[in-house]
Amino acid sequence: MATTFINITLKIWRQKNVNAKGSMESYTLDNVSTDSSFLEMLDQLNEQLINQQKEPVAFDHDCREGICGMCSLYINGRAHGPDTGTTTCQLHMRKFNDGDTIYIEPWRSRAFPIVKDLVVDRSAFDRIQQAGGFISVNTSGRTMDANAIPIPKSDADKAFEAAACIGCGACVASCKNGSAMLFVGAKVSQYALLPQGKVEAKERVINMVRQMDQEGFGNCTNTGACEVECPKGISLENIARMNREYLCAAAKAD
Amino acid sequence: MSKSALLKSSIAKKYWMSLTGLFLCLFLVGHLAGNLQLIFTTGEEGKRAFNEYAYFMAHNPAIKILSYLTYISIIFHAIDGIMLAIQNKRARPIPYAYNNPSANSSLASRNMAILGTLILVFIATHMANFWWKAKISSDKFPLHMKELTVEDSNPMTGQPQKVNVKLYLTTSGDYVPVDQLEVKNNTDLYAKGVDLKMAEGYKDLHSLVFAFFGHNKSKEGFPVNDMALGAVLFYVISMFVMGFHLWHGFSSAFQSLGLNHPSYTPLIKKAGYGFAVLVPLLFAIIPILIFLTK
Repeated sequence: MATTFINITLKIWRQKNVNAKGSMESYTLDNVSTDSSFLEMLDQLNEQLINQQKEPVAFDHDCREGICGMCSLYINGRAHGPDTGTTTCQLHMRKFNDGDTIYIEPWRSRAFPIVKDLVVDRSAFDRIQQAGGFISVNTSGRTMDANAIPIPKSDADKAFEAAACIGCGACVASCKNGSAMLFVGAKVSQYALLPQGKVEAKERVINMVRQMDQEGFGNCTNTGACEVECPKGISLENIARMNREYLCAAAKAD
Repeated sequence: MSKSALLKSSIAKKYWMSLTGLFLCLFLVGHLAGNLQLIFTTGEEGKRAFNEYAYFMAHNPAIKILSYLTYISIIFHAIDGIMLAIQNKRARPIPYAYNNPSANSSLASRNMAILGTLILVFIATHMANFWWKAKISSDKFPLHMKELTVEDSNPMTGQPQKVNVKLYLTTSGDYVPVDQLEVKNNTDLYAKGVDLKMAEGYKDLHSLVFAFFGHNKSKEGFPVNDMALGAVLFYVISMFVMGFHLWHGFSSAFQSLGLNHPSYTPLIKKAGYGFAVLVPLLFAIIPILIFLTK
């Protein structure tokens, strides 16, 4: 496919800092290669802004290959843009047409305060992980080989699918309630399915859900938006599993 | 820990929403089965069947327990829903300038709170129109009465004549003449002038419903409803709203309880869509049919 160049209009959320009041600002950007990625397009915009002595747009990015979970961006009303199963860094400008207006906003959630422009603070996810998203292993040098424990293939596959979550927060961003249940469901599931995770399963689900509630995320109403927008295809089955785990844990809690 | 976990947490709210919602789905089936009697049998027989059914529903202790469970479920479901809506609104203080939610979720699933509120308004008016009048209000309620024209002979002239006789239906299944009786405590039938309860009558709920949806039941003691067409429309629209609510709610309740599996979830979804169409549709047919036969 031949490279073409398009001219676009961008409507981008600009906000100086966490306390400042932000607003949507309009920019025009010419000669954008359709082969460039969405983030390269933003790099191009920032070069233009710097040349004009203007403040560049702050946005999160790191690996640029869809695995780190750093990039975010709510593009034209959808988390990570119009494609499904991709992160923003995997989105290419060939998905857009000459003359398009593209809306770019940060994840909107009370639990993800905006640091600057399109950058949000997702440390709420870290605190949820710290509340129980781990297994306690004795690392004194006599650690048991994980592969020595037989695990049914189907369980291993499901745990692996849940562990594919990169914690980007697209589920929270697309949920009309700003709920983090797909993220927490995936993190609970990846351990709940494996023997190593069973030891702390009860405390894990109770503590992670409690932390999730404290962070100010909304409640899940099963709209299923998270599952559709998740770049890693995490299924709603993980939320159901968390609901089961939680019910058992809460009923048996000391 | 377990106390707050099973009452206050975000997941606990899902369980309560789900359990009360599923119980209300069961209630809908029972309520529908009872109400379909309004259109399945016509004439005195249908009227009798419905009023006897209504008497049973009002006097059976097991039904009483179920009715209280239903009231509690409605209240809990509504309060829980309002709390969820407020918290969820708070979770996103600044809305998106540009949002495309139809790309990832159904209209019904995104509007459960507003649909639920409309259903609550419907329930309030529905209960004011029927439940309040039949059960709570102390106003005199007309009893099931049958009017007969019998051939008789004039006691003075000996000529044959036609005489109108009014009869109350009693809970023992007999018809007793109205002019020999006196009504006390709404449904108790006393022999005239004697302080002796002879029988108990049935409240004529059948005629209340038919009068509400346009029939002329002034002879039975119910005022003519000039707003019948409006009532029918309101009921039909409300059932449409309920269908939308159930479209998402039915299968959602199973997901909330943790029941999600590739083998049976597609079945639950299909059953939910069937339930969401069939139950409100059958409910809506009742007022339409009554109105059309007035």
